[in-house]
Amino acid sequence: MIDALLLSRLQFAWVIALHILLPAFTVGLAAYIAVLEGAYFFTRRPVFLRLSKFWLPIFAVSFGMGVASGIVMPFQFGTNWSRYSDLTADVLGPLMAYEVLMAFFLEAGFLGVLLFGRERVPPWAHFFAGVMVAAGTLLSTFWILSANSWMQTPTGQTVVDGRFVPQDWLQIVFNPSFPYRLVHTTMAFFITTAFVVIGVAAYHLRRGRHVEECLTMQKMGLGLLALLVPLQVLVGDLHGLNTLEHQPAKIAAMEANWETQARMPLLLFAWPDEAAERNRLEIGVPALGSLILGHDVNAVIRGLKDWKAEDRPPVAIPFFSFRLMVGIGVVMFGLTLAGLVLWRRGRLAHARSFQWLCMPAASLGFIAVLAGWVTTEVGRQPWVVYGLLRTRDAVTPSLAASDVAASLAAYVLAYALIFGAGLLFMARLVRRGFAAGAEPEPEGPVATPARPLSGATRAR
Amino acid sequence: MALDLVPLWAAILAFGVFMYVLLDGFDLGIGILFPFAPDAAGRDAMMNSVAPIWDFNETWLVLGGVGLLAAFPLAFAIVIPAVYFPILFMLIGLIFRGVAFEFRHLSRRRHYWDRSFFVGSLLATFSQGIVLGTFVQGIPVAGRDYAGGSLGWLTPFALLTGAGLVAGYGLLGACWLVLKTEGALQAWARGRARMFTIGVAAFVAMVSLWTPLIQPQIRGRWFGGEHPLWLWPVPLITFALFVLLWRSLARGRDATPFLAALGIFAMAYLGVGISIFPMVVPYTFDLWQAAATPRSHAFLMIGTLFLLPIILGYTVWSYWVFRGKVKAGSGYG
Repeated sequence: MIDALLLSRLQFAWVIALHILLPAFTVGLAAYIAVLEGAYFFTRRPVFLRLSKFWLPIFAVSFGMGVASGIVMPFQFGTNWSRYSDLTADVLGPLMAYEVLMAFFLEAGFLGVLLFGRERVPPWAHFFAGVMVAAGTLLSTFWILSANSWMQTPTGQTVVDGRFVPQDWLQIVFNPSFPYRLVHTTMAFFITTAFVVIGVAAYHLRRGRHVEECLTMQKMGLGLLALLVPLQVLVGDLHGLNTLEHQPAKIAAMEANWETQARMPLLLFAWPDEAAERNRLEIGVPALGSLILGHDVNAVIRGLKDWKAEDRPPVAIPFFSFRLMVGIGVVMFGLTLAGLVLWRRGRLAHARSFQWLCMPAASLGFIAVLAGWVTTEVGRQPWVVYGLLRTRDAVTPSLAASDVAASLAAYVLAYALIFGAGLLFMARLVRRGFAAGAEPEPEGPVATPARPLSGATRAR
Repeated sequence: MALDLVPLWAAILAFGVFMYVLLDGFDLGIGILFPFAPDAAGRDAMMNSVAPIWDFNETWLVLGGVGLLAAFPLAFAIVIPAVYFPILFMLIGLIFRGVAFEFRHLSRRRHYWDRSFFVGSLLATFSQGIVLGTFVQGIPVAGRDYAGGSLGWLTPFALLTGAGLVAGYGLLGACWLVLKTEGALQAWARGRARMFTIGVAAFVAMVSLWTPLIQPQIRGRWFGGEHPLWLWPVPLITFALFVLLWRSLARGRDATPFLAALGIFAMAYLGVGISIFPMVVPYTFDLWQAAATPRSHAFLMIGTLFLLPIILGYTVWSYWVFRGKVKAGSGYG
């Protein structure tokens, strides 16, 4: 049935899915730029300055899009989820307000100096501005994931007249799933950025251009990935165990596991049939699911039939999105390993097929972040606050389906246009290459010697 | 709970929204004036004058929205659904104008993004004015929910406040340019500022006369037996500021017009506050009825008292770094 509830859910999914692509990139990129600025400040090697000046315009474009699409997010709670706002704000309002006060102001306040202030402030102050912008993005990640995690594993509150009332702020902020989600997500953001950096370097290396800059980028990226990718496997496993403890129905959906059983197989493929409460076309490895989730082949894992149908999440979406995320993780592992071997043999610059693979791999992190996000959010259903408040009881009661259909259409059109254009322009900035190479000014009336002030042009 | 933090939260939120209105007011005003600039170099200078600060200015809007959610959640849950479409238009407008800062330099079709900067700024401003008008008019409530329809905001009064805010932000933008530019562009901005001064004065007069007619609470506040004498300075100071604005523009001052325009906004804002107080969902719930629990107020207050001065500190620093006139041809540095 297409009603205001379903359309509001689609609208939220749309605006947050596109928005999350930007922090997935800018959290890591802000830190990378801060590192480059720091490396230049302390070593004075010009290559670091050239790298920072290359990435700053790209950061400016993506950060501007992140701000513009981010302002939309808090207002969604009011426009489409007013019951949710009324019932949860005593707990979640302060967490989101702390995000604004600690993170958004910090980012925005120092961004101007980072992008436009290189010649206006001393070098240490410019470096400091870069560090503050990076710190802002991380603080933002902290608070918004704390709020999200509380919706997944609510603790520290009581319920009075259906409204959530805070009891213990430490328990609320550091709720059981938060540490795992914070580390897992932040590492995913850094990995995403590292693959973009490596992919962009590959684009120029394949053309034999900017070799010094691009090898520096790839080595920095691979160095980070060598640390983070294996660590992410471990953290992902811990996150899964945490989910099994607090949200077993989500795990059952992710594994399309209908029956409570020991020696649960790990399904490589299946077609979950929710009406028949079983899977079609199952291909699995016996007992591996129990081994991974229970660290014991005889561990008993709860199946979906343990819950009433109305309390089960959708099955097919988390099942496939989870497999997509893990599959990408495996590919990332392989690419990182290959890159490290080539680096050790000193063959990075000439490894044409590796470099060719690295270009499409720039998109892998984004797909994995989206897939992971879909898994955790769809797996939380039918609850918006897990076990306590149903999504269908959170929607704004005054909305008609036609209202939400109109707003959804507006967001789809606007975001398609803006994100399409933004992607195109960032690709153009990547192709433009480094300041030392050919540097055509983009366009504009030739007669005007204008050097307009934008991050995209000025930061060069 | 020993301490009632509701008045302090109301003050902080009022301050945050006011900062937004002032700061994004002038850079949205730049967008409204943008297509009428004398030449391309002038448009670049206009952009340059706000490029390093616009997203910082817009952060105050996020603080206003999230602050309302955190401090007065019932108001957030009723008022925002009442202005579903104006909020949508505002957000879409802000998106199209926000990305234009970077996109116009990267596109082969700059005029598209110049247009998007103008239309987005205009749409966002007009929508914010409609939100203000809807709020002042009062919002129908049933239980803890908005009780009206999705077009409840579409009234002549709200359209008037929408147009009024366009004139108001236009005035701020023009005065900002008088402050930040020189030469032909400044002279042009001075002319626009005078035009908008007349417009804003007309809108302020119309809204001031109209509101007491539609709302008994407002009529009682300003013309009833409460304390009308005590309130007289508000319209008198507003009038004096209009005179100051007009004369400082005529005498070619750089900074005074901007300060006078800020003063006019402060007085108009104060006037709305006096009219509405203590309502936060006019005219059903007051601040105390819509407030979050004292525990939430206290938890957030601890950090806010610490963080707000720091934020104001680096705001001043950032504006200081980019002080002085922008040059049309060269940008900064």
